[in-house]
Amino acid sequence: MNRKINRRKVTMALLLICVGLLAAVAVSGVLLAGQAAQTDFSLKNQTPSLTHLFGTDWMGRDMLSRTLTGLSMSIRIGLATAAVSAGISLLLGSAAALSRRADGVVTYCIDLVMGVPHILLLILVSLACGKGLTGVVAGVTLTHWTSLARVLRGEILQLRSAPYLQVAVKLGQSKWAILRRHLLPHLLPQFLTGLVLQFPHAILHESSLTFLGFGLSPEQPAIGNILSEGMSYLTTGKWWLALFPGLALVVTVALFAALGEGVRRLLDPATAHE
Amino acid sequence: MRLEGKSLTFRYRKDRKPVLEGITISIESGERLGLAGPSGRGKTTLCRLLAGYETPTSGEVLLDGTPLSARKGPCPVQLLWQNPETAVDPRMRMDRVLAEGGPVAPELLEALGIEPDWLKRWPGELSGGELQRFCLARALGPATKILLCDEMSAMLDYITQAQLWEVLLAEAERRDLGLLVVSHSGKLLERVCTRVITL
Repeated sequence: MNRKINRRKVTMALLLICVGLLAAVAVSGVLLAGQAAQTDFSLKNQTPSLTHLFGTDWMGRDMLSRTLTGLSMSIRIGLATAAVSAGISLLLGSAAALSRRADGVVTYCIDLVMGVPHILLLILVSLACGKGLTGVVAGVTLTHWTSLARVLRGEILQLRSAPYLQVAVKLGQSKWAILRRHLLPHLLPQFLTGLVLQFPHAILHESSLTFLGFGLSPEQPAIGNILSEGMSYLTTGKWWLALFPGLALVVTVALFAALGEGVRRLLDPATAHE
Repeated sequence: MRLEGKSLTFRYRKDRKPVLEGITISIESGERLGLAGPSGRGKTTLCRLLAGYETPTSGEVLLDGTPLSARKGPCPVQLLWQNPETAVDPRMRMDRVLAEGGPVAPELLEALGIEPDWLKRWPGELSGGELQRFCLARALGPATKILLCDEMSAMLDYITQAQLWEVLLAEAERRDLGLLVVSHSGKLLERVCTRVITL
């Protein structure tokens, strides 16, 4: 194999492609929002063709632009919720690791949230917050911080007792230097990977909430809505209404998962030089 | 400088019997004190107490008459750990690991047999013996006055052991360091130390 193209470069390239594709979907969805709402009853229920790659629905709307708009919505919600819940994880995780009293409270909360079936809790929170955009965002945010918080708490606890950290203290390193040189390099990869891997979760749960009718309102173009509407037309042979949006959702989630895996691989010293 | 442990008692858990009970020990600058004793007798615990990594259940650790724990900045008492793999941060390159102890003379690195290209490596890419040389260089920072060596050469081959000890003894002589040498090997203690006690 060519020595100049190592795995690190391949991973970097893949990462850039993932980010580019996802950004393209997010932006195109915003630009196509007008077109996605356009109805033309002379073109209704068309099978996929060159002019309408994903076909058209029962109101003559172009499925491609509808899918892109829905995905874009999902990605933006995913970004927001993943960022907020990762922030919550960092805050609670480090609080738990640094104070014994806080640890009891946070661990109890983690067990409580993890103890309730995921989708049930999502539905409950979303309903309590009045469904719609706020409901979805609150629901996904409040249910997704637990695992990352647990990971960060464990990592900080372990680091605090690590001999090399105690040695650094004895060698007269300042608190700030220890935070920057020892803690951050260990925590950042965990945090970033956890953050990126939360996107696909958030997107899937946003879609399922909407699909079940507890999420975004039906007039909003969301993948969950498109799929639940497409369901009722599946039996009449209009397969493209559900197939393409579903596939697009799967591809998006897979892209995010690949992104997370790539980030992890680049930041982990055990694999960073392969 | 004089490091003293006065009637040190230590237990890891309240409901257990103490690992160390009423131990009194003192090390002066220029002195090389050997510490022998069977496994599980608390040699490492004593080192950790004297270096300030643990606080004794009762008794006190004094450096020139003042409590060791009251000192700020680089500690004049440094402990050389038994296993170097855990004593270096796996996410730091070796040159930065060394830099934590302060500037190190290039002659010392050469005497310890540290090759220049090791400095750019990660800890995982060096062996235990190679890491221990770095730990020794790091522990010999400018502030160090008393060095506690907890089985520092147990995992090394005899040639490397001899090399490290030679460097350490010369450095201790030159800087008038106080050494506490913990080892299972009576021969080593006999050869290296000015005084040996058994725990």
